[in-house]
Amino acid sequence: MDNSVSPQSSLVSVNNLSFSRGNKKIFDDISLEFERGKITAIMGPSGTGKTTLLKLIGGQLFPEKGIINVDGNNVHRLRRSELYNLRKRMGMLFQSGALLTDMNVFDNVAFPLREHTHLPESMIRTLVLMKLQAVGLRGARKLMPNELSGGMARRIALARAIALDPMMIMYDEPFTGQDPISKGALVHLIKSLNTILGLTSIVVSHDVQETAAIADYIYVISEGKVVGQGTPKEIQQSESDWVQQFMTGAADGPAHFHYPAKDYIDDLLSTGKRY
Amino acid sequence: MIEFLQHLGENTRTSFTKLGRGTFFLLQTLSGIPSVLIRPRLLLNQMHSVGVLSFLIITISGLFVGMVLGLQGYYILSDFGAEETLGVMVAASLVRELGPVVAALLFAGRAGSALTAEIGLMKATEQLSGMEMMAVDPIKRIITPRFLAGFLSMPLLAALFSAVGIIGGQIVGSGLLGVDEGAYWSQMQAKLDFQDDIINGVIKSIVFGFVASWIALFEGYDAIPTSEGVSRATTRTVVNSAFSILGLDFILTALMFGDN
Repeated sequence: MDNSVSPQSSLVSVNNLSFSRGNKKIFDDISLEFERGKITAIMGPSGTGKTTLLKLIGGQLFPEKGIINVDGNNVHRLRRSELYNLRKRMGMLFQSGALLTDMNVFDNVAFPLREHTHLPESMIRTLVLMKLQAVGLRGARKLMPNELSGGMARRIALARAIALDPMMIMYDEPFTGQDPISKGALVHLIKSLNTILGLTSIVVSHDVQETAAIADYIYVISEGKVVGQGTPKEIQQSESDWVQQFMTGAADGPAHFHYPAKDYIDDLLSTGKRY
Repeated sequence: MIEFLQHLGENTRTSFTKLGRGTFFLLQTLSGIPSVLIRPRLLLNQMHSVGVLSFLIITISGLFVGMVLGLQGYYILSDFGAEETLGVMVAASLVRELGPVVAALLFAGRAGSALTAEIGLMKATEQLSGMEMMAVDPIKRIITPRFLAGFLSMPLLAALFSAVGIIGGQIVGSGLLGVDEGAYWSQMQAKLDFQDDIINGVIKSIVFGFVASWIALFEGYDAIPTSEGVSRATTRTVVNSAFSILGLDFILTALMFGDN
């Protein structure tokens, strides 16, 4: 079976992207394709710029070099109003949920509907309850964000992300810090929403098991480069040291356990320095 | 020496960069005014939290400042047998200077610091980023309504401060120290000029409201999104607002009352 992704069928394509923060190169000429209707995962160790990639796709950051196309639009060439129109069709689930803390759950989910549509309140109510039902939290509509657990907050944020029926959703570390039950609920939700709503999903994560269970295609990124790609099965059988270290969770390997430093003995013997 | 110059140069550059960012932020904020006027509910909500919730601190402070003015004024004026002019002294001090300035300082301390902390925490918890990704401009939705609310509330709060202060002066002057009540009010009416005193005071409070709201919102928006960053930004709001208010007060006073 040919698993390569053809650019024609991809909703999002990242071509020759480079991006730096200060002197640190986050992405070095990487290219990625995200196929329509599929769940594509970006995996890699913490600090490899996975969240940065989502912000670049959403047009919140500008690349140094390279092009990002979303549904045929070059994100960084769009005018502000065009970018905002495109964003209405892109949902994003932030790691923290990013719920508005001065509103209750219902108003949070209703927020994009009230901002972007002129629907009557009765219809907004119906839509909000449908979205909340989809994430299993219809009964929590009156709670304030500070009364929610981390997993509930993420599910509410997911209900808000699908409020405008987007064409795609970007998930930023959806499983981090979740208990096994919440993780299971989120895995199920991401998969079922993708199928039922016909979404395209981009999941950024370093949770190997959960992501591999639902992803159609996986990119493994490390030190600004794509070090491995393929279906979950192919990734697990990959011979790349990088990919193997990441998938098995080995402490040392191509990604070093130690942060770069001078020789240990020399360092211990150099006296007279504070640090 | 070289190190000192390098340090100075770096600080100057940082300050000018920040001033540039601040100006750009202000222009963006002002450009959001039409969209807020279409949705007055956003503005009213903020006027409640910025203005109405500052009522108590402004009223109590105004009362005490007026009472102290009445007391000190009486001691000095009575030496010259001019205690009937106490009303003029209290009212002119309040309307021209203390009303706009002290109300603005209190506003920066109460509402300004709250605005900075709120916006800074919204940034730290990705609420602003989240709004951008929902295609909602956080400047128009969050910043401009708060800016307008601060800008519009300030003259009202300063007027309240002055009015309560004048009553405070009267309570002490006529109530406790025996200044003739008729003289207190009539001298005030005769000597205070609507244009020179009251309008100039209102202009001052408008300027202070503009500057204090701008500083508070910008510091929050520009804060480093960590708990330490937000705490520093909140401190900077109070310090920078106080400096700006006092400095601008001197400039405005020189311009308004210079030819008297």
